[in-house]
Amino acid sequence: MRAIHRYLKSLLLWELLRGLMLTGRYFLAKKITVQYPEEKTPQSPRFRGLHALRRYPNGEERCIACKLCEAVCPALAITIESEERDDGTRRTTRYDIDLFKCIYCGFCEESCPVDSIVETRIFEYHFERRGENVMDKQRLLDIGDKYEKEIAADRMQDAPYR
Amino acid sequence: MREIWDTLPITLQISLKIVAIAVPIMLSVAYLTLAERKVIGYIQVRIGPNRVGPRGLLQPIADGLKLLLKEIIIPSNANRFLFLLGPLLALAPALAAWAVIPFDKGMVLSDLDAGLLYILALTSLGVYGVIIAGWASNSKYAFLGALRSAAQMVSYEIAMGFALVGVLIAGKSLNLQKIVLAQDGSLIHWFWLPLLPLFLIYFIAGIAETNRAPFDVAEGESEIVAGFHVEYSGMSFALFFLAEYANMILIAALTSIIFLGGWLSPFEGIPGVQGAFAWVPGIVWLLAKMAALLFAFLWFRATFPRYRYDQIMRLGWKVFIPITIVWLLVVGVAVIAHVGPWFD
Repeated sequence: MRAIHRYLKSLLLWELLRGLMLTGRYFLAKKITVQYPEEKTPQSPRFRGLHALRRYPNGEERCIACKLCEAVCPALAITIESEERDDGTRRTTRYDIDLFKCIYCGFCEESCPVDSIVETRIFEYHFERRGENVMDKQRLLDIGDKYEKEIAADRMQDAPYR
Repeated sequence: MREIWDTLPITLQISLKIVAIAVPIMLSVAYLTLAERKVIGYIQVRIGPNRVGPRGLLQPIADGLKLLLKEIIIPSNANRFLFLLGPLLALAPALAAWAVIPFDKGMVLSDLDAGLLYILALTSLGVYGVIIAGWASNSKYAFLGALRSAAQMVSYEIAMGFALVGVLIAGKSLNLQKIVLAQDGSLIHWFWLPLLPLFLIYFIAGIAETNRAPFDVAEGESEIVAGFHVEYSGMSFALFFLAEYANMILIAALTSIIFLGGWLSPFEGIPGVQGAFAWVPGIVWLLAKMAALLFAFLWFRATFPRYRYDQIMRLGWKVFIPITIVWLLVVGVAVIAHVGPWFD
């Protein structure tokens, strides 16, 4: 009896029709494609994209060259050199991040005692020439200046959980 | 209009008719590739290509241009002559078979009395293109793919042939027009009902003949790269592509003609509705039936996983052939006993 049942089932293409029903339902289902350049998926305020160096509201750069980020960086992507400035404070003379080495783990941001190095929401960037992948201090500061508002808002939103 | 047409030399008339058939086929092949990508995309909850032209409508043209401009690479150890002959041999029968397809009553290039036989012969020829291409490439993947597709096409040819024998018993003719006219009456007069198993077997064998999923072991990209056409590039590859899709359309057309009443309207025999649709030309019904079957081709590809090779052979030899033979007997008895409404 069981064998006949199975035989009839396969002869009537029962399982194949069930499969077709399933795909047929999905054929009519609402499509979930996000049309990328025009549409984007929502981003978390904790998004870890391109790096930036921040300044205080009075224009002074935050980084005090403690080199904690350099030490914590698992990919050894950060290179820092520092000197004493005329006013007696310690400041970086060189702050390089090699974006080819960087794994965007966010440890540099977490280790920073003055919230200077941060990772922004920027993820659409490219390099056209060799060497452009190494971000120097000036370029990092420029990014920080340009997106300071967004960066500050994101840190504020995340602050209660830190 | 008619007078001008009659003054043309007969060869020119035939050439014009061939163009009128071949150009739409080529265009449908192009747009079938787009339809395939769209349908499979929709089934996978995506939207498919939509960047080239409005809603992606120019995508096939972009693809065609790309293939046209690409270099044709001939492997150094390949047999040059056969390597180039393969794609032509694959495409030519797929196009030549259209000569006997009746698009409407009297609308046929060649009203051949042995039309069904001609179709059977030409669809079998397609396998030579594949075998020659696989052999001439001098590559193990191409060779394996060619062997697989040859074995598969030969085994399904038999089931397909038997299914057609059933049609020829029921239609009492080898002429495709007469077969369509034998189905005249209404939806239930069409041969799909009395020949239901043969209809299903013919369509499934047709999928296997065209090496489409789920019978695409000849390509088997996860096992043998792309099968018989690994070594082909540019236009020579495009010809194989063209042949595969032209064959799909051909199978859809044949299935519509011999099982689904060809150009006959599905509303025939229903009082009231029949008159309302009487103005629709027959070719529209044929094209609609073909489109539905082609959609089924794409639907199957998006649904079923590839058969294992031994399963394909088992299905062809141990399932399809016995069923067709049994059903031939049933049809024979039905015809002798004049079982209505089909055979009275």
